[in-house]
Amino acid sequence: MNTPTPVPSGTCRDAPILKERGQREVFCGLTGIIWLHRKMQDAFFLVVGSRTCAHLLQSAAGVMIFAEPRFGTAILEETDLAGMADAHEELDREVARLLSRRPDIKQLFLVGSCPSEVIKLDLARAAERLTQVHAPHVRVLNYSGSGIETTFTQGEDACLASMVPVLPATDQRELLLVGALPDVVEDQAVSLLTQMGIGPIRVLPAPRTAETPGIGPNTVFACLQPFLGDTAAALTRRGARMIQAPFPFGEEGTTLWLRAIADEFGVDEDTFERVTAAPRARARKAIANASEALRGKSIFFMPDSQLEIPLARFLTRECGMEAIEIGQPYIHKGLVGPDLDLIPAGPTISEGQDVDKQLDRVRAARPDLTVCGLGLANPLEAEGLTTKWAIELVFTPVHFYEQAGDLAGLFSRPVRRRALLKLEAAE
Amino acid sequence: MKLTVWTYEGPPHVGAMRVATAMKGLHYVLHAPQGDTYADLLFTMIERRDHRPPVTYTTFEGRDLGEDTAGIFKVTCQEAYDRFKPQAMIVGASCTAELIQDDPGGLAETMQIPVPVIPLELPSYQRKENFGSDETFYQIVRALAAPMDRTPDVTVNILGPLALGFRHRDDIEEIKGLLYEMGIGVNVVAPFDAAPMDITNLGAAHANILMYPEHAESAARHLERTCGQPYTKTIPIGVAATHEFVSEVAQMCGVEPKKDLSRLRQPWWSKSVDSTYLTGKRVFLFGDATHVQAAARIARDEMGFEVVGIGCYNREFARPIRALARDFGVEALITDDYLDVEKAIEDAAPEMILGTQMERHIGKRLGIPCAVISAPVHVQDFPARYSPQMGWEGANVIFDTWIHPLVMGLEEHLLAMFREDFEFHDEAGPSHHGGHAPKPSDAGGPAPQTPRHISGTKMDEPRSDEGSAPTGADVMVWLADAEKELKKIPFFVRGKARRNTERFAADQGLQEISLDTLYEAKAHFAR
Ligand code: SF4
Repeated sequence: MNTPTPVPSGTCRDAPILKERGQREVFCGLTGIIWLHRKMQDAFFLVVGSRTCAHLLQSAAGVMIFAEPRFGTAILEETDLAGMADAHEELDREVARLLSRRPDIKQLFLVGSCPSEVIKLDLARAAERLTQVHAPHVRVLNYSGSGIETTFTQGEDACLASMVPVLPATDQRELLLVGALPDVVEDQAVSLLTQMGIGPIRVLPAPRTAETPGIGPNTVFACLQPFLGDTAAALTRRGARMIQAPFPFGEEGTTLWLRAIADEFGVDEDTFERVTAAPRARARKAIANASEALRGKSIFFMPDSQLEIPLARFLTRECGMEAIEIGQPYIHKGLVGPDLDLIPAGPTISEGQDVDKQLDRVRAARPDLTVCGLGLANPLEAEGLTTKWAIELVFTPVHFYEQAGDLAGLFSRPVRRRALLKLEAAE
Repeated sequence: MKLTVWTYEGPPHVGAMRVATAMKGLHYVLHAPQGDTYADLLFTMIERRDHRPPVTYTTFEGRDLGEDTAGIFKVTCQEAYDRFKPQAMIVGASCTAELIQDDPGGLAETMQIPVPVIPLELPSYQRKENFGSDETFYQIVRALAAPMDRTPDVTVNILGPLALGFRHRDDIEEIKGLLYEMGIGVNVVAPFDAAPMDITNLGAAHANILMYPEHAESAARHLERTCGQPYTKTIPIGVAATHEFVSEVAQMCGVEPKKDLSRLRQPWWSKSVDSTYLTGKRVFLFGDATHVQAAARIARDEMGFEVVGIGCYNREFARPIRALARDFGVEALITDDYLDVEKAIEDAAPEMILGTQMERHIGKRLGIPCAVISAPVHVQDFPARYSPQMGWEGANVIFDTWIHPLVMGLEEHLLAMFREDFEFHDEAGPSHHGGHAPKPSDAGGPAPQTPRHISGTKMDEPRSDEGSAPTGADVMVWLADAEKELKKIPFFVRGKARRNTERFAADQGLQEISLDTLYEAKAHFAR
């Protein structure tokens, strides 16, 4: 059972894709800063943008955990736009002020936004200049999190991709895990692989700049998230090789993901079995418990986090759900191909969005569960449809065996809640 | 360029959205990139609205820039009209679209849209959210309202309440009640629940009640000029202010200042002996100018507090706030920089903060109790129950809300008596809160953490799990690995994880908890 059981023909990989182009109801890539700044503990994310960008970060974070978090927005003002002030000089001044106040910062990301891109503020040049000024103490990088170039989770991809060119070179045979996951999950992954004798294992992004991994022709890497296409391409350009597998959601996804890495490192069947048997059994049990409410129910994915295809694979194959439509902001078959392979043809696969038309499809299909963004959840609930907010999927530990039950639980809770509440008579 | 961490106000188009979302039959077409759609969640999640805001975003992309973004706007505008068939539309640009200079107003004019289309010019790089709401409402009124015959009976309009406002929904009811007692009818309430057709009837009222100057003063002035309607200057928040408001309205409308005080309990609650402990409590006030002005007076004259700090974030009202601060013998703090506010509060070391959502966080960090008096507010400030700030009931509500974070009189007495008792020690905090005086948050911690409104989990739950769980902790041994793993679990669920694991281990007859036990238990309890 350790090898994939591909459906011989008629999988979602070859299904025609419904391409939509209209109003999209998805956050921009700036949102990734909310989890990235927690992961990289000596990094600061400086958005060069507008009051809207600052407000987006604040609204997406939802709560102010820290008085001075490791992110902020340099808000462009009338004077910057009218050319009355040199935006580069202004930026240098703000950065110098920030770095003198925050000596703990070793890595600074200048994050481009729609306004900075429309006025063609060259942040790459600024990053180079500022690196020279503040070296060796601080390294300054830049990437775009703008809504005209990136959606929601793509911001993490852009951020990680921006780090690849400056990773030190190495000829070591190393496994690199790519993606910012909560420590508790990352540690589980490392522990499972270590028990199989696989190592050394490095992680991108590293929690601290000092632990930055090296990269070279003997590096093999595996993505932890299905939205890291640009990062994967950048790593490949540095000579590293990607291990393709379904993503580690659920018992099956985790096993297939681990198996692909184990095969790469020549781990034998017995060792693999010894290491994974107990957690697999636990995962199965937890999923069985948590997915009871989901069996036989239908699900509709609005495009949001880019996790939709792997999650649809998990929910249909391991939780007994039936997918009606699986929407993603964009589809990168190089990454989600192995997951598509495992989903039998049937559901509509859609890319992009025209939100009002898609909502019409939701209303027509009346799915038992709709996965959507925060702006749509309550309005759909008010129409009698049960929803799951997609954003929780990127904020909560959901990968690997020990979280498989939690992942199913995230979906089953709204379904169980609807069944529990007896409010109609009171209305 | 200015480095900003947290902001009191969003961009001006969010102000326009607050007007549009409050209204019915109006649609807003916003030229903006996709990320700007985040603003929908403010209304659907924080305010729990059961409809999407009536806003269509063009969501143009980078690849559209060199091409036809104006064309995208026109198509979007036409489709929005065809789908939603509004009575009127407003059109405008967000910060990014302002830079491309497509001129949504001009474009819409060239189209054959059979309802009024009102263009908005909201300079995103100069102004903020409250300007946006005030200007938008003014433009709508200017476009749709005109002088007309007055209603035969005395009626007024109620102006200013909108979406995402602090208690606007309930303040409207209080105002209606006060008017009813004087025999004054309500012509139109706007923007809240008003349709564009209602706006065309504004001219029929005899006067205007201006509830929130930051959202409707421009419209009120315009109506005074064009329709000859006077508007009220008193904000009826607090007992004295409500009395003055009734007098002002009565005079304006030529009626008797009749009032029914049977529901007003605040004065007695404040005079009763348990309230003696409130005397001279040092409070710091910060928020929007309207609410801060009202709160300052209530704090001093109706609660017996000492006001040690006064400030507002909306610069448009810097002058009256400065005058007020002089009157109270303190220096006014006019800033929208959250760090300045935190510094000022730290320096003033008040016993309580009356502020916004931001000050609630400052209070949490500094361990100072805080009650919220003004926007911006969060999901917990949209209660299901009736909870106005204005009028007689508003005065009652404010009394309760402000003393809630404090230790009650009788309780304070007990605290002093049993100072050394572990349950009653100084830091125990009010017994009607499960929690303790908050500790300053740590700087690191596990990543990423789930923000509150996203998980629905309380971040500020007490860490009562540490050291105080008698269940099995005395007999059960946590092995180092398992203990380490437990520490990685976010603190607000750690207590539950610990208890569940110990229960599970006990059921299994185990004496030691290993990493595997921890996860066996997790799987066992998975739902
Ligand atoms: S979409 Fe653009 S302007 Fe809007 S918040 Fe994102 S980066 Fe800023």
